[in-house]
Amino acid sequence: MRTYRPNPIVSLVSRLVSPFIVMFALYVIFHGHYSPGGGFQGGTLIAAALILIRLSEGNEAAQLQFPRSWGTPLGSLGVLIYFGTGLATVLMGGRFLDYSVLHLSHHVSMSRSYGILMVEIGVGLAVTAILVSIFDNLLEGNPDV
Amino acid sequence: MFDFIVGHYAYWFVFILMAIGLYGMIIKCNLVKKLIGMSIFQVSIILFYVAGANKWGATVPVADPALGTADPAKYINPLPHTLMLTAIVVGVATMGVALALVITIYKRYKSLDETRLLEQMRKEDDTE
Amino acid sequence: MKTANYIVLLLFTGLMVYASLGLPFRGDPNAAIHADESVAHSPGAAAYYIRNAKKDAHTDNMVTVILADYRGYDTLGEETVIMTAGLICFMLLRRRKEEKDENL
Repeated sequence: MRTYRPNPIVSLVSRLVSPFIVMFALYVIFHGHYSPGGGFQGGTLIAAALILIRLSEGNEAAQLQFPRSWGTPLGSLGVLIYFGTGLATVLMGGRFLDYSVLHLSHHVSMSRSYGILMVEIGVGLAVTAILVSIFDNLLEGNPDV
Repeated sequence: MFDFIVGHYAYWFVFILMAIGLYGMIIKCNLVKKLIGMSIFQVSIILFYVAGANKWGATVPVADPALGTADPAKYINPLPHTLMLTAIVVGVATMGVALALVITIYKRYKSLDETRLLEQMRKEDDTE
Repeated sequence: MKTANYIVLLLFTGLMVYASLGLPFRGDPNAAIHADESVAHSPGAAAYYIRNAKKDAHTDNMVTVILADYRGYDTLGEETVIMTAGLICFMLLRRRKEEKDENL
């Protein structure tokens, strides 16, 4: 079964557009405080940029950008960032996921704002890696003919 | 009477979507068509919650410095939106697992039709 | 067999439409879910979150504050769901290569 047909127009346009999609996705993650957005939305956008390269350049050539062996470890790292923030609050003496005891700033509300940012980065990383990993596993045994 | 229809028509459209999704899940024989029906059903539930969170004359739940946050009637209800973010992501995860299962079933039984699959499984149970 | 399925489908849709006749008007600010005090005399969740999100977390977007601060435990459970789904796909579809190697 043929899964990949090389086409110069599709290849050029997707290679031009994909870095801008990643840029916009980082903007959506980090501006989740002031506009609609956040971790899940930005993570899905980065996954879309990586899957675009897989669709337009072929599965084997796209391994140079994001190898398929990175999927599950990065997903676990994202969950560990989230869980580590909660564990750090318990070690500082507060309740689980109570960001005000982290003392990242003088005001309690700014400390909670930074805690939300750390948690959103963890969520974005996990969603990206797992979505690309599900795509790679579904295409596992079919080489590009 | 007209006020009643204007206040409830969104829910009725969501129920039409639910019926389309259930039709795909129950009545179609192909496994992939059943999965498409499940996805339509999940999306209709999400639309129901998000449509029910509306308020007349209110704006998005991002704090506007001109409006202030003292009056909750100026912002739409943010709680169903948050719960439906979780529901969307759970739907994506369910579709991923379901597609992996469909691939495994196809590699084992070489067919995706529900009636033919049931016959093959019954035949294998009888010959064991 | 198939006609019973169609009848069940029609009955289900009829039941949902009948149940929606009792819902309040969509957008009414006096509905029960937007109230300041719930039916059980506890503070209404949505009104509390709208009033106090900017003050508690110095963040404009109320949905992010609810998702990551007030209800952060649910978001942790949901991230676990995503990771479990990824691991299930990994384990279901990786075994193919080892079976092919054993058959050789």
